Amino acid sequence: MQSSISLSLSSASPITVRSDGGANSAASGLFFSNTATPNQLRFCGLRREAFSGCKSSNNAVIFKQLRSKTKISAALSTNGNSAKGFDYDLVIIGAGVGGHGAALHAVEKGLKTAIIEGDVVGGTCVNRGCVPSKALLAVSGRMRELQNEHHMKSFGLQVAAAGYDRQGVADHAENLATKIRNNLTNSMKSLGVDILTGVGSVVGPQKVKYGKVGGTETVITAKNIIIATGSVPFVPKGVEVDGKTVITSDHALKLETVPEWIVIVGSGYIGLEFSDVYTALGSEVTFVEALDQLMPGFDPEIGKLAQRVLINPRKIDYHTGVFATKITPAKDGKPVRIELIDAKTKEPKDTLEVDAALIATGRAPFTNGLGLENVNVETQRGFIPVDERMRVIDSKGELVPNLYCIGDANGKMMLAHAASAQGISVVEQVSGKDHVLNHLSIPAACFTHPEISMVGLTEPQAREKAEKEGFEISIAKTSFKANTKALAENEGEGIAKMIYRPDNGEILGVHIFGMHAADLIHEASNAIALGTRIQDIKYAVHAHPTLSEVIDELFKSAKVRGKVSLVPPQPTFSLVLQWLKATFLVRLLSQLQCKLVSGQETVDLPQ
Amino acid sequence: MGDVYSAPRCSYPRLLRLTLFPFLYLSHFSPKSTIYLSLSISAMSSSLLQSRAPPALSFSSSISAANTHWRFTSSPAVTFTRRTKNFTVHAKIREIFMPALSSTMTEGKIVSWIKSEGDVLSKGESVVVVESDKADMDVETFYDGILAAIVVPEGESAPVGAPIGLLAETEAEIEEAKAKAASAGSSVPPTPAASAPSPPPPPAPVAAAPTPAAAPVAADGPRKIVSTPFAKKLAKQHKVDINKVVGTGPFGRITPADVEAAAGIKPEKVTAVPATAAPPAAAAAPAKSAPTFTEIPGATIVPFTTMQAAVSKNMIESLSVPTFRVGYPIITDALDALYEKVKPKGVTMTALLAKAAAMALVQHPVVNASCKDGKSFTYNSSINIAVAVAINGGLITPVLQDADKLDLYLLSQKWKELVEKARSKQLQPHEYNSGTFTLSNLGMFGVDRFDAILPPGQGAIMAVGASKPTAVADKNGYFSVKSQMLVNVTADHRIVYGADLAAFLKTFAKILQEPDTLTL
Repeated sequence: MQSSISLSLSSASPITVRSDGGANSAASGLFFSNTATPNQLRFCGLRREAFSGCKSSNNAVIFKQLRSKTKISAALSTNGNSAKGFDYDLVIIGAGVGGHGAALHAVEKGLKTAIIEGDVVGGTCVNRGCVPSKALLAVSGRMRELQNEHHMKSFGLQVAAAGYDRQGVADHAENLATKIRNNLTNSMKSLGVDILTGVGSVVGPQKVKYGKVGGTETVITAKNIIIATGSVPFVPKGVEVDGKTVITSDHALKLETVPEWIVIVGSGYIGLEFSDVYTALGSEVTFVEALDQLMPGFDPEIGKLAQRVLINPRKIDYHTGVFATKITPAKDGKPVRIELIDAKTKEPKDTLEVDAALIATGRAPFTNGLGLENVNVETQRGFIPVDERMRVIDSKGELVPNLYCIGDANGKMMLAHAASAQGISVVEQVSGKDHVLNHLSIPAACFTHPEISMVGLTEPQAREKAEKEGFEISIAKTSFKANTKALAENEGEGIAKMIYRPDNGEILGVHIFGMHAADLIHEASNAIALGTRIQDIKYAVHAHPTLSEVIDELFKSAKVRGKVSLVPPQPTFSLVLQWLKATFLVRLLSQLQCKLVSGQETVDLPQ
Repeated sequence: MGDVYSAPRCSYPRLLRLTLFPFLYLSHFSPKSTIYLSLSISAMSSSLLQSRAPPALSFSSSISAANTHWRFTSSPAVTFTRRTKNFTVHAKIREIFMPALSSTMTEGKIVSWIKSEGDVLSKGESVVVVESDKADMDVETFYDGILAAIVVPEGESAPVGAPIGLLAETEAEIEEAKAKAASAGSSVPPTPAASAPSPPPPPAPVAAAPTPAAAPVAADGPRKIVSTPFAKKLAKQHKVDINKVVGTGPFGRITPADVEAAAGIKPEKVTAVPATAAPPAAAAAPAKSAPTFTEIPGATIVPFTTMQAAVSKNMIESLSVPTFRVGYPIITDALDALYEKVKPKGVTMTALLAKAAAMALVQHPVVNASCKDGKSFTYNSSINIAVAVAINGGLITPVLQDADKLDLYLLSQKWKELVEKARSKQLQPHEYNSGTFTLSNLGMFGVDRFDAILPPGQGAIMAVGASKPTAVADKNGYFSVKSQMLVNVTADHRIVYGADLAAFLKTFAKILQEPDTLTL
């Protein structure tokens, strides 16, 4: 089930191992981590403002005023003027989070920008992924807390039996998606980004057409094109999705039913988050995982602990090392049937009969009908091949000029905020500044209760890299049990783990499992993105008592042999250089003086 | 591990386990404390172990904390040199047993394996986290070696003394150890006989088998058994053979309610089903009790914590003891006056009652006795008063040891310490399981009288109600209002008879009504 997407991916590079997790989380993770990339810093404050609240039209006004006052380089707060001979400087196909991030940044850079959307603004993340799932998880977190009598009692609280109204929960998710979608649309409209409706495709170099399928189509020219068409849930062969009893994350997020017993195929981010939702709402869950252990893609130690907390004590069991070869929806009074075969021997192993099945086997790129053949590009398992600068590579292995692909469609790292960061990176390049995104600094999170988050390499990946490149790694760990705030919340379960180089203090990876882990990871991801070393960041002060002290402890417990580089070496070096230059100049000048004074011939270079 | 156990030279593990009790107890300092793991060596001679066993067998309650060095001296390495030659092949594979972390613990749950298969272990390293009925504890290895095989995976439970992993000394032995583990996984591990003085509940042997490392897959049989994930968990927890449960859920699947019915758990109406009658009940229950299990929409089912499970188990066991109850009114005006006097010195009512009970027990040793096998009296040499305390999510009975010998002030101080420890879950096993007589006081809630259940292994338990102003007529017919408290003692009638209990209560009442002796 995972096979076609994740397994093949994981062979490519350490980053793509993560991307299979990312594949899942495109639907489930992280929309609002605006701080993901360093070069976005200037931008995110304003954008958040544009998002928050529903009175975004008002906001937009403020936004414009602010910008015209503060931002001179962007010249205009509205869409830029078109380049010579082109309709647009930049056309983005797909108005998901990646396209949106790119569009906003492009306007800031003074580019005339259009965005083509064939479905709804916001893409998977906002409409069928991370955003509505966060609404469901917010409900499940509260249910879990209220149901845990022991937990409540330890606070001295008394709560009568907690219950829920399914439709109310579903409405919350739907309302949230609508609100965020409107915010997204308004933020682009207020900046003057042209939103073109219809299916977009490439007709040739720097040429795009859009329009209703079978209807009138318009061709426009653009100096640069970004493909950001995203992905759809991946449904393996033999699985019959009816949208009622056999569903994908698209259907599950509508929460039309809460089955008594549901099988979740795939135990990545999506599966894990849905298991959290379903068990909190009273369902029993059975995981079917093709790999030998649950939660592949997570750091093994974190996975183990997560399993201890998120799986074992809950109404969940699992089958690992098996493929679901055939899944038939419930009909004619028969339950959903799932046929399992051994992942290695391919022999039939078991048949499950349950009330529902959720297919969470990852996501497949949505790249059909993009007209890629017009520019001689062949997809690889649906993914559009790109280089490290997101430039599209054609079938001959050469770069296609002025064509870029970001987000799930390129499969580098299937996370909403990664797409946005890639989009910003592309805009930087087309506006004349070279930029390469460091994917190892992009955090990922799984919003279970408690949350899981990570950035950089896992321990096995780091060990492999260390062995290959001949350096040493060390591990530091801290526990939430020792954190005052966590204990005050009665949520002492959890650890933070850091993999680093003891010789120079470089952070290779950080993994957190515990309360608010998804919010805590950014200190580490920013450190990685900015190249901050442990010996420096450990002197940063954290408010007490906060959960962030878990990370503070983590940095402090690391044993780095390198000296504190609070005064970076470069300034000292340049000082010496300057001093040398100065003395040299003085010498030159005095020589010149001598020569001029002595009235000899013209100056030639000394030595 | 059946085959390993059946080998003649392998009759030692139980003995070795017994020798381990003292140090296990002593090192139990905190919920997260360190336990040295019991490892046996296949080549170890049982005779030698036997010679070591006797001093250790006195573990029950008399080990004093001064014996800390025990855990080091019990190293089997001493014995190892003797017979190594004979069994060179098996000499280096050691079994890691489920340690007994408390005397009430009959099985433990593997919370997590800190090490995984193939990891090199050095002496003193934490290997596995075990959840007992009281706490989670890191368990450390006593030997260097390689963790060759994990027999009981995380989340599974194993009876005390059952092998949970195999430790190989060199890489060469890993394969052999794995083979051992594999064969062990396929056969039913032995049930521990040593730790159960009373006959174990009959369904246990069937369900006690920890499933092998593979995922819990329902066995294919002639009849396809479909059970929900939570039903499976409950079945394991309550030791119900899921194959014998009749499913009443959709499509005939076994639901958690079916398992609970089979286990004899009835949320609404508790009928006393003796533990020995469980098998017929298991078969008959679904048909009979299914209607009472009509699911109420929105009901939530919260599985027991290990401590709650231990309470539940003890309560079921208590049903096999024939008990009777005798109540007694006690005038407490003098006691109350004394209490007011000594209260500023830190004396609590609990200490006063415990002291009085201990003093009465000195005169009536039979009430302090217990009946362990149904054939004899066991007269306990010390008077240890266990006092029931409600703590978060459970119930624990810290023990005031030698309550008759300590004075009131020491006793109060001791009690304060014990309660502190109980709250922070740091009680050492001998501090909660060595009681010979139990005191349970609900007077502070205004309860006037109640009835306590006799904990297995003790002779009597006293239930103390609140002291309330009551109109009392004296022998001359004059009424007066006096503070009166009702106590009710539940005792094991196999050893304590009505007259014994009445006499004990009379003494107890006399001590409380003339309480000056308490402060002596």
